[in-house]
Amino acid sequence: MSTQSTRMAARFMVAPSVLVLLVWMIVPLAMTAYFSFRLYRLLSPDRTGWVGFNNYIWFFNSPDFWLALTNTLMLVGGVLVITVVLGILIALLLDQPVKGQGLLRILVIAPFFVMPPVAASIWENLFMHPQNGLFAALARGFGAQPILFLESYPMPSVIGIVAWEWLPFATLIFVTALQSLSSEQLEAAEMDGASAFNRFRYIILPHLTRAITVVILIQTIFLLGIFGEIFTTTQGGPGSASTTLPYMIFKQAIAAKDIGRAAAGGIIAVILANIVAYFLMRGLGRHLDA
Amino acid sequence: MTVTFRALLGASVAFTLTGAALAETTITVATVNNGDMIRMQGLMDDFYAKHPDIKVEWVTLEENVLRQNVTTDIATGGGQYDVLTIGTYEVPIWGKQGWLARLNDLPADYDVDDLLPAIRGGLTVDGTLYASPFYGESSMVMYRTDLMQAAGMEMPEAPTWADIETAAAAMHNPDAGVYGVCLRGKAGWGENTAFITAMSNSFGARWFDENWVPQFDQPEWKATLDFYLNLMNSYGPPGASNNGFNENLTLFNQGKCGMWIDATVAASFVTGKDSTVADSVGFALAPDNGLGKRGNWLWAWSLAIPASSQKQDAAKAFINWATNKDYLALVAEKEGWANVPPGTRTSLYANEDYAKVPFAKMTIDSINTADPNNPSVKPVPYVGVQFVAIPEFQGMGTTVGEIFSAALAGQKTADQALAEAQAAVTEEMKASGYIE
Repeated sequence: MSTQSTRMAARFMVAPSVLVLLVWMIVPLAMTAYFSFRLYRLLSPDRTGWVGFNNYIWFFNSPDFWLALTNTLMLVGGVLVITVVLGILIALLLDQPVKGQGLLRILVIAPFFVMPPVAASIWENLFMHPQNGLFAALARGFGAQPILFLESYPMPSVIGIVAWEWLPFATLIFVTALQSLSSEQLEAAEMDGASAFNRFRYIILPHLTRAITVVILIQTIFLLGIFGEIFTTTQGGPGSASTTLPYMIFKQAIAAKDIGRAAAGGIIAVILANIVAYFLMRGLGRHLDA
Repeated sequence: MTVTFRALLGASVAFTLTGAALAETTITVATVNNGDMIRMQGLMDDFYAKHPDIKVEWVTLEENVLRQNVTTDIATGGGQYDVLTIGTYEVPIWGKQGWLARLNDLPADYDVDDLLPAIRGGLTVDGTLYASPFYGESSMVMYRTDLMQAAGMEMPEAPTWADIETAAAAMHNPDAGVYGVCLRGKAGWGENTAFITAMSNSFGARWFDENWVPQFDQPEWKATLDFYLNLMNSYGPPGASNNGFNENLTLFNQGKCGMWIDATVAASFVTGKDSTVADSVGFALAPDNGLGKRGNWLWAWSLAIPASSQKQDAAKAFINWATNKDYLALVAEKEGWANVPPGTRTSLYANEDYAKVPFAKMTIDSINTADPNNPSVKPVPYVGVQFVAIPEFQGMGTTVGEIFSAALAGQKTADQALAEAQAAVTEEMKASGYIE
């Protein structure tokens, strides 16, 4: 039973943590917003001043910006589709009681724990490399020309690498969700003559809705900021074909050392993330409650 | 007497301990993770023997990360490092901005006049030396002597670009997995932009005219890019737009390249134990077009001291140890002459033992033909052979590198690439205040 006084006491006790979290969030955000309106280039420290919205205008006028936005959304969307669809299928397979199920699960989960640059480097040099890679060897075995993955299809290649990394995460969540599904319901449906596909569509899938929502929400948060894989493999190229918004910000901050522009890009990324979050919550929010 | 003796002994021990503790300085050295620097870390016993009161803490990073860390640190006054490993790009800019300590009071055994003039010139601003070169490099042609022989051709010591094209055509055999020529295609101001800029010097092109107007719309740049793209598309390995120094080194060592035009320091690797073609490598000067400038570049990784460092004396002692003649002799004694850091001192190249190293002569000849103060056939307002020593070059060089890399990947034509480069560089130069 919580009286008004215990609720007040609870609020006071939680207050310090909330305060710390608020400061933790607001100070970098405020500094970024401040820098985004300034002329601040690390290598020309003598030139400073307020420049209003010039940094933002530079982004919108940049020929790469809209491509970067599209690439970011394609990356998020592509990886979400692949991980959710394949994740459900693999989770269904993993749910079967087979010998060595424990080991199998560990192997399926393993890619998630490989560091992004390492995973990207493995894919780039051992699989996709046009001279030394496995795919090239397979192609040559069939007498075909090796496909130049990173040169001709940079964005799909990056999407593939990121999907490979995040598939275990989705699978894990779905396996857990499947385990909470009562087998009695499934058996009853089977005895009533429901086909495997109908059982999946009318019992398993609705049960998984909450898990799917969680996977989509968590993955979107992380996928909007994917950087390591692009940096290791294509460096946003060729040209700007695989540049995403975070990579553009990196180029301004680190390559051009223009902190003002990078900060403006950061604020634009924050706004983009909020827009995506808004639509996600509107579309999926109702599935979060049981 | 015994008691006094023991007391004196104890006092002197205590004194040395406190004395040493009081006098010991720790300096932090930021360095790049290439072979020569790693070798130096292994030879530190010699330094500690000569300077027992100085302790060195190493921060070893990959080149791009090192550049970012060091630049951010010095620009924001972070003060993390006492000795920086920087190159001939950073030294003129930071020296002029007063961020580096002057090195004109190094002891006599440093022998500053022994430094190669081209390298010394690249590290001096207004007559003051701001960094001491650790190793210097230029670029040259490395080619497969066995493949040239099989094709019945001979590589001249000073080839033209036309010679290179003929040789590449002769050695190109994609069915056998051998490509005529491997060149840098990976985007980056220190990767493909450096190579193509150095190449453009031999075609008579330049980044800017005397009024800082970008020159990518001029016929010399068109000639350069057309030749580069044609050469790579006809005789280069597929996927070349992803190949930088390391990738090309691997390809050459695996025997897949007929020629490789890249840094002179690669010579010790392609003739070393990791190479499958170590016995069949020949060297030639970087090509030219008869216009008076060759397509080679000049670079020296150098040790410098931030002006804000509190331990400049200890840092200078370290720099003197790491870059003077005694250090070169030490490496020769412990690891052989082929592994001595090249390209810094005239005395090294006058040494008979060093002259026996197969690539020594070509390295020194290449370095001597590069002049950072007059890099191109036409006059220029900037310093730098394969870069432009202005702070904005890092960003512009990366952008132009990406455009050229995209052209190599077939995403744009040469004309489109040059138009984009011209637009991007012009916009940046206007924003930075160089032109109206």
